[in-house]
Amino acid sequence: MGEKSFELFPVAASSIAGHVDALYAYLVLVSAFFSLLIAFCVVFFAVKYRRKGDELPKPVDEHSIGGMVLEIVWSVIPLGLSLVMFAWGASIFFTESRPPADSLEVFVTGKQWMWKIQHIEGAREINELHVPVNRDIRLTLTSEDVIHDFYVPAFRTKTDVLPGRYTTEWFRPTKIGAYHLFCAEYCGTKHSGMVGTVYVMNEADYEQWLSKGSGEGSMAEEGQSLFNQLGCGTCHPSEINKQNGRCPNLNGLFGTTVELNDGTKVKADEAYIRESVLYPQAKIVAGYDNIMPTFKGLVTEDGLLKLVEYIRSLGPAEGMPSSATPVPTQTSGPQPPAQPTANSRAANGRAGAAPANRAAPGNQ
Amino acid sequence: MDSETVVAPSAAGAPPQHGHVEHHFEDASQQKDAATVGMWVFLVTEVMFFGGLFLAYFAYRQAYPVAFASASNNTNLLIGAANTTVLICSSLTMALAVHFAAIGKKNLIVLFLILTLLLGGTFLSVKAYEYHDKWVKHEVPGYNFDCRTDTGAPCADAAHTPLFFSLYFGMTGLHAMHMIVGVGILLFLITQARKGRYTPAWHTPVELFGLYWHFVDIVWIFLFPLLYLIDRSAMPK
Amino acid sequence: MIAATPPTEIKKNFFNQKQGLASWLLTYDHKRIAILYLLGVTFFFAIGGIFAALIRLELATPAGDLVDSNTYNKFFTMHGIIMVFLFLIPSIPAVFGNFLIPLMIGAKDVAFPRLNLLSWYIYMIGGLFIITVLLMGGVDTGWTFYTPFSTSYSNGYVVAAGMGIFIAGFSSILTGLNFIVTIHRMRAPGLTWFRLPLFIWAHYATSMIQVLGTPVIAVTLFLLVLERGLHIGFFDPAYGGDPVLFQHMFWFYSHPAVYIMILPSMGVVTEIITTFSSKKPFGYTFIAFSSVAIAVFGFIVWGHHLFVSGQSAYAGMVFSVLSYIVAIPSAIKVFNWTATMYKGAVRLTTPMLYALGFIGLFTIGGLTGLFLASLGMDVHLTDTYFVVAHFHYVMVGGAIMGFLGGIHYWWPKIFGKMYNEGWSKISAVIIFIGFNLTFFPQFLLGYMGMPRRYHVYPPEFQVLNVLSSAGASVLAIGYLIPFCYLLYSLKYGPDAPPNPWGATTLEWKTQSPPITQNFEVTPVVTQEAYTYTTEEVVHVG
Repeated sequence: MGEKSFELFPVAASSIAGHVDALYAYLVLVSAFFSLLIAFCVVFFAVKYRRKGDELPKPVDEHSIGGMVLEIVWSVIPLGLSLVMFAWGASIFFTESRPPADSLEVFVTGKQWMWKIQHIEGAREINELHVPVNRDIRLTLTSEDVIHDFYVPAFRTKTDVLPGRYTTEWFRPTKIGAYHLFCAEYCGTKHSGMVGTVYVMNEADYEQWLSKGSGEGSMAEEGQSLFNQLGCGTCHPSEINKQNGRCPNLNGLFGTTVELNDGTKVKADEAYIRESVLYPQAKIVAGYDNIMPTFKGLVTEDGLLKLVEYIRSLGPAEGMPSSATPVPTQTSGPQPPAQPTANSRAANGRAGAAPANRAAPGNQ
Repeated sequence: MDSETVVAPSAAGAPPQHGHVEHHFEDASQQKDAATVGMWVFLVTEVMFFGGLFLAYFAYRQAYPVAFASASNNTNLLIGAANTTVLICSSLTMALAVHFAAIGKKNLIVLFLILTLLLGGTFLSVKAYEYHDKWVKHEVPGYNFDCRTDTGAPCADAAHTPLFFSLYFGMTGLHAMHMIVGVGILLFLITQARKGRYTPAWHTPVELFGLYWHFVDIVWIFLFPLLYLIDRSAMPK
Repeated sequence: MIAATPPTEIKKNFFNQKQGLASWLLTYDHKRIAILYLLGVTFFFAIGGIFAALIRLELATPAGDLVDSNTYNKFFTMHGIIMVFLFLIPSIPAVFGNFLIPLMIGAKDVAFPRLNLLSWYIYMIGGLFIITVLLMGGVDTGWTFYTPFSTSYSNGYVVAAGMGIFIAGFSSILTGLNFIVTIHRMRAPGLTWFRLPLFIWAHYATSMIQVLGTPVIAVTLFLLVLERGLHIGFFDPAYGGDPVLFQHMFWFYSHPAVYIMILPSMGVVTEIITTFSSKKPFGYTFIAFSSVAIAVFGFIVWGHHLFVSGQSAYAGMVFSVLSYIVAIPSAIKVFNWTATMYKGAVRLTTPMLYALGFIGLFTIGGLTGLFLASLGMDVHLTDTYFVVAHFHYVMVGGAIMGFLGGIHYWWPKIFGKMYNEGWSKISAVIIFIGFNLTFFPQFLLGYMGMPRRYHVYPPEFQVLNVLSSAGASVLAIGYLIPFCYLLYSLKYGPDAPPNPWGATTLEWKTQSPPITQNFEVTPVVTQEAYTYTTEEVVHVG
């Protein structure tokens, strides 16, 4: 992006970009072949069989030139070629839908008309995203107002950013440089101004940048102070194995399956935590009363992400039975969305969310 | 060049066989067929029209079962059931009106059309009362919305109960609009029937309106259980 | 084949049988209603075209220097709304369908003439709403009205625009209903389903979509207007609603709506190609059933607009594979049209040039659809200029080429006048070149990553944008020329014989322009629609 020269093909700077470009080449080849074939036939027939005088052509018996065979041939061949396109595209899509484990976590909040980005270590930036090269980066995205879309053409990937739910996007940058970040879903007046830059840096530069940026502690730490500030800790215990019978223990909750008072089970993912803060009555844990007030309007989307990050940092710790979570599961594949508003692209691959590599806050 | 076009008896030249056959139809049976097919196609569009709302209902009921269970307890089961009976009776009177049109009993057509009108009017009045009741109880979504149970406590998952009431008003409101249109058409049919316009040979308007009225009835047959019944006892205690 | 018209004094026809403004505004004659529609859609095409010109003018430079962002957003929104709902959807069905369906099936009129006139008035009232919105200051939601932007954040006249589309939708529903009943119940004696012209099959399929799909957009807009106007929440997460549900409901109609635009055009092109190849269309039944297949499958692919919208990956896969399946009937049509020319007697008249242009542009439009149906590819391409280029190739390259082809093909029948062949061929070529120059660069822009609906864009995209804008000016000239010579022909053009092209379908058996009741005597059909030689007549049964 540095030079403003005229280009006809976008730079490929992620691990997936090469696959997308290869599929593109196949699609272009098939399309060019059929376009030229049709164009040639049309022009050739128009010239060769142009009408001379007033004579009508002899009727062509479709059967004599194998009408049915032709119809089948020109249905089945395109169908075959199409299904290759489908399978190829679907396999790329599935790779794009499943963030690898151990991805570096970044949180993105879109609002009219800017991108707010928080790194797990605490660094924050606006309309810029700094990431290290050759690391898997997983974005968790949400919006404060309308629908946006986080699009980096050089990475060949985009995801809608929806209000009221979390979506996921991941990529592995492979080339150091600065790349366009666009909002691709129309979001109002300054839609075309909702742009930014993704800086892909080598590991050393990234560490240096990170050390400059984080002044206020990690996201989990900020989440914890917000947690205390809102008074959540006065009821919800966050120490291991401590119960008070009024509010479920949050330690070791994240990623497990929670049984609700109507007998259904739900996975404690980002969407569940978010909903429980904003709409606490929608899902009540079995054995608890409906006493929690709503925090809607009291906590921002950024704050919610921090709370989620804090609760995620509390567990689940290995081999530690967690009281509020009777049926811990270890899923790795995709599973039905925990609740309908949960984006299943986001729900997929949550196994990678196990916070083994995360710095736990001090109180544990 | 006209090898395949041979002379057919021209309808334009033929004497008018029936007062109601319009110029572009060959005969009365073609005209009646066309009208009937048209009505059925129209009802298909109506199914799709309501279908969008039913889709929204099922999507949100699936998403917020607690709110839907809680809010549906705030509908008035007794009034709803009574109104359902009224509407089913109106379908019966309408069917009888069509029947008597087919056998040419002018006075009975008028009588049963008027009965249908009265029952339809009753349904709408009761519906208006229900709406008013909801308004008084602050159960109309928008400003001042406040969903409370019989005991005065807030509904469970109150934050999502406006969706239930939005769908309640959207669906029953659209249904009521169809009823109002139907009442208008009924008034027209009654005046025509009194003039003896409908004969056993030609009573297409009565017949087709019957289809419409039954359709509106059937929509309610789906709305009543979905909004009043299905979640009533689903409240987790 | 060309019948000699006996020189007579001014013949009776549907223009001169009744006179005066009231005889037009209160007419039940399907041919006059078609002409009322022609005036309406031409007007809205011009308005929509002006917005297109303003958009391309603004995009000639990367900075937002012509108008501010808010105005630009209103430009593309008004362009989209007017072109989609007031031009493309009614264009061919309401004009040519209305004029030709009764003629082609040997009927005196459509089944419900009063309803037909009512449809036109409903259309005009809907259009009036949109024009009012325009004069009041416009709307900036994009023609897709995505929530919650449209319901809670937009500062335009969303309710009025939604109402306008809601109302215009009923015109579409009633037209479709009228056509279905007409085709079922009004066919001339002997005109069996497989003797019908393929134009009729295409319109039958189109009407199915209009009848089944349009009510869904109507109820969706109804909910949208309730949410916007009364704060009764359905789609805004702030009220607990789901914005993706809106997208599902919107595209459930709006994807099939693309087939409302393209299927009638395919019908027109089939008629033109068979006439100017003087040959029965290759694979009649395949073309006929592919229309129906497109209509049916078109209803189950809407989710391919939501691959990145947060629907489940498995739903995405289903919609992707279905989208490939709906592509096959379109491919069958293209191959059959091409094969129709094989061993025909091809005349490169103006309508034929448009039809061949249609094949080329629709092929590219269709094939690039395959890019977007592919999940992994779509993630990169959706919401970029690649999509813009793709659907303009289908809608402008497809639907409008078909519309112009139809105008030139049936002009002698509708108005009884011949136009200037030289000028019309020149303008056809200019339109073809201008179109490709406008929209082909947008494919490249899209793969480069330029998002759609961008007022301001990075400077490296400028070269391709300038090319596109230059092409748009060529295209504009191409569209203006037919206005001139067609209007000229009305007064000064030579009289058209009943069948100037040597076509075989029923509308050419009556005089040009037809009389009000279409045929002096109701035709009786004894053979297939496309019978170019008399020897074949006997075996038909």
